[in-house]
Amino acid sequence: MNRFEQLFVDHPIVLGDGAMGTMLQRLGLEPGGAPELLNVEAPDTIRAVHQGYVDAGSMIITTNSFGGNRFRLALHNLQARVAELNRAAAQLAREVAGDRVAVAGSIGPSGELLEPLGTLSFDEARDAFAEQAAALVEGGVDVLLIETMSALEEVKAAIEGVRQAVGDAVPIAVTMTFDTRGHTMMGVSPVQALRTIYEWGIRYIGSNCGNGPEETIAAMTQMAEHKPEDVILIAQSNAGIPRWKSGGEIVYDGTPEVMAEYAQRVRDLGVRYIGACCGSTPDHIRAMARVLGVASPV
Amino acid sequence: MAGFEVTPFEDLPEELQELYEDMQDDLYEGLADQVVEGTRRALAMGRSPHEILTYGLVAGMDIVGEDFGAGRLFVPEVLMAAKAMKAAMEVLRPLLTQTGAPRIGTFVIGTVKGDIHDIGKNLVAMMLEGAGFEVVDLGINTDADTFIAAVREHNADLLGMSALLTTTMPYMKVVIDRLKEEGLRDKVKVLVGGAPLSEAFAEEIGADAYCEDAAVAVEVAKKFMALKRAETTPQ
Repeated sequence: MNRFEQLFVDHPIVLGDGAMGTMLQRLGLEPGGAPELLNVEAPDTIRAVHQGYVDAGSMIITTNSFGGNRFRLALHNLQARVAELNRAAAQLAREVAGDRVAVAGSIGPSGELLEPLGTLSFDEARDAFAEQAAALVEGGVDVLLIETMSALEEVKAAIEGVRQAVGDAVPIAVTMTFDTRGHTMMGVSPVQALRTIYEWGIRYIGSNCGNGPEETIAAMTQMAEHKPEDVILIAQSNAGIPRWKSGGEIVYDGTPEVMAEYAQRVRDLGVRYIGACCGSTPDHIRAMARVLGVASPV
Repeated sequence: MAGFEVTPFEDLPEELQELYEDMQDDLYEGLADQVVEGTRRALAMGRSPHEILTYGLVAGMDIVGEDFGAGRLFVPEVLMAAKAMKAAMEVLRPLLTQTGAPRIGTFVIGTVKGDIHDIGKNLVAMMLEGAGFEVVDLGINTDADTFIAAVREHNADLLGMSALLTTTMPYMKVVIDRLKEEGLRDKVKVLVGGAPLSEAFAEEIGADAYCEDAAVAVEVAKKFMALKRAETTPQ
């Protein structure tokens, strides 16, 4: 059985990891720089972030490939290196994960608006996601995690892109961000997201990023109420919201204790894949592992 | 605004009131072709571009903004409405320029240095234009020098900054500090927005307002302009 799916057979709760981007910022990623470039230019930094999460108890770690599609990489003139940067992202995580920790290949939004709102066609989006997915699977991921989405059309393009590229070689998980009055920026409610994505054959569905635990808990409460039997829910909240500290440092206001409480609350709702997003660190994951009674499988 | 008063809506002929209300509905639905057609019809009836802008377009965008603020509309609907507005403005703009119609205020806007996200910033710019502001859009990755130069050159009333990244948020403070150094801080109100921002953050960096979304940005901008007019109007 697939390593990711096996985790849910073996464990009632599967602990994910925390942030990659904000960790890289702390480690010196320049403002506005492309995190994916570090997969080849500073692989040790990426390995260290992954290792920190594995040591803290993460049973799934997420590749450094969130902005690894051709549209976002084009903003850094790296669009010709999609395959290379995503393959490297997957390989680095795989090296650290070993056999027992699963690797989720992160697929973030295109950053563009699909037609007719914007200029990106559905087919262009699908092909770009296919390109990214192929490289992540080649690099050894156990699941593709389509995350931080706000538009259902784009989710569909990503799912079709993955299937076009790798068929059903690995399962697909999808999380959207409900940061606008209980909806995504594009107006999708948690229940609408759950139902639509389920229709498309996905069984791992949830919510990530956003404005902190309360918002994530609200979205997960609705999903939990309407969840078909065979869906495994995912929650990966930000560690609060970013605040200004004198000296120019930006700090998220959600402490490890806050995130531990969030972890318990979403567990009580029936969420089985629990992790964190922006602003979280291995300390947050360690606190979550403790309250969830999750022991690292390694 | 002397010389640019428009006839009160209720004093307009019924036929014209209906035309403007239809335009507002079409704008709400994001039907660009219909809004353009309505604009042309009103012009053919001899109405002033300023009146058409006020009752056909701005009044329509007000409703869109209100419903967006209340969570009844989301980004897709607002974008379609803004596109329809833009299409009609293509027709009206040359005429408005000829007649020298007044602007509510001048708004310089940009995404800060290091940040390349512009969906939210563009939405704010479009809605401000929809509300009658002159908008100077500096685009993405905008440094302090560019902001300062634009504020000076356009004698801006308001400055809007956007950031989607935690790494680029602090740059807003750099720009605000530069405004102070250049003696421009009191001349311009600073509005900030973007997904990771909050009221507390805006306060901490010394901005005048945090705008949760584009509708709030328009409301706040209008409020600041009203205050400014009240201050500068001789008693």
